[in-house]
Amino acid sequence: MASVTQNFMKLFRGSSSGTSAQTPAATQKLTRRSSGLGELARLWNSETPLCVLDLGSTSPTNIRFFTERAHKIYSEDLLVASTEPHLATKDEQGNAILDSRKFLGENLQYPAAHFDVVLCWNLPDYLDESLVRPVMGRLWSVLKPGGMMLAFFHTKDAGPDSPCYRFHILDKDTLEMQRVTARREARRGPTGAVHTTVGEGFRLQRVFNNRHIETLFRDFASIKFFLARDNVREVLVVR
Amino acid sequence: MSAPLSADLAQIGKSVVIKGELSGSEDLYVDGQVEGSIALKGNALTIGPNGQVKASVEAKGVIVQGKLDGNVIASDRVELRRSAVVNGDIATQRIAIEEGAFLKGKVDIQGKAEKAAGK
Repeated sequence: MASVTQNFMKLFRGSSSGTSAQTPAATQKLTRRSSGLGELARLWNSETPLCVLDLGSTSPTNIRFFTERAHKIYSEDLLVASTEPHLATKDEQGNAILDSRKFLGENLQYPAAHFDVVLCWNLPDYLDESLVRPVMGRLWSVLKPGGMMLAFFHTKDAGPDSPCYRFHILDKDTLEMQRVTARREARRGPTGAVHTTVGEGFRLQRVFNNRHIETLFRDFASIKFFLARDNVREVLVVR
Repeated sequence: MSAPLSADLAQIGKSVVIKGELSGSEDLYVDGQVEGSIALKGNALTIGPNGQVKASVEAKGVIVQGKLDGNVIASDRVELRRSAVVNGDIATQRIAIEEGAFLKGKVDIQGKAEKAAGK
């Protein structure tokens, strides 16, 4: 277990040389325990089929996990979607941003109060600044009242090379982490300024502190923090 | 990658573009472009690596290696190969997704009883 934690911490600190894309870590899969996922696990045995939205890269493991339990899973990779070049625009000051209205017109198109669970993973840490709040607002609206959303946040600035992971659910509280390799199309950034991909993966955009997180989820009914030993803060919010 | 060859397999080559409704009672391999709908109720559809399909699909089995925009209803099985890019909902009895496949949409596994009830 200790070695798992050490490996995880090492990868979240990133590579100082900036050449981590070619290291074995790029293909290595790690496991970690997730207290937030453990809290959600009691829902998985529900006899009523749940609607689950997975916002990470398409994960055959997660699709199998939920479909085996007769739940409905929706898969949508918002990080890849955010790299579409036509989303590039400028704000009033002329700064390059992404058009959040256009983004939400093409993504997260679901009826209100549709999902029981949203697996947000580390999306807020890697999503472009101009999309974070609009996306969280949309996620609030597509969650059912009482529905839950799990998100992970870095607690330390691990540097721009901090690798982005995708998460596969192995069991009720264990995740397998796999470094995200962006598809070729995803590497096209709209502009240099708002390009969110680098090398083979996505770049950490920011580090939220507790207050930022509370503000981000201020519309939710409750928020629960799980501070892990691996520089990750898990957050479980309830609409 | 070459197309699987079979006596009962119709093929749409990669230079072919079809707009409209496709239906039939033999397996179909699409490596070109199809826009509209595809109905092969008792047979299988394979979208090859060069295939670009914008259509609702209804078949017994569906294998996707290329790009598919549209909902899929498969009475038996869906396979998304590693090069697959699928934007649409999938309803089937069994599904296999290779690592690297991209899916934006819902996966709904329907048991035989559920299908019979039309849920």
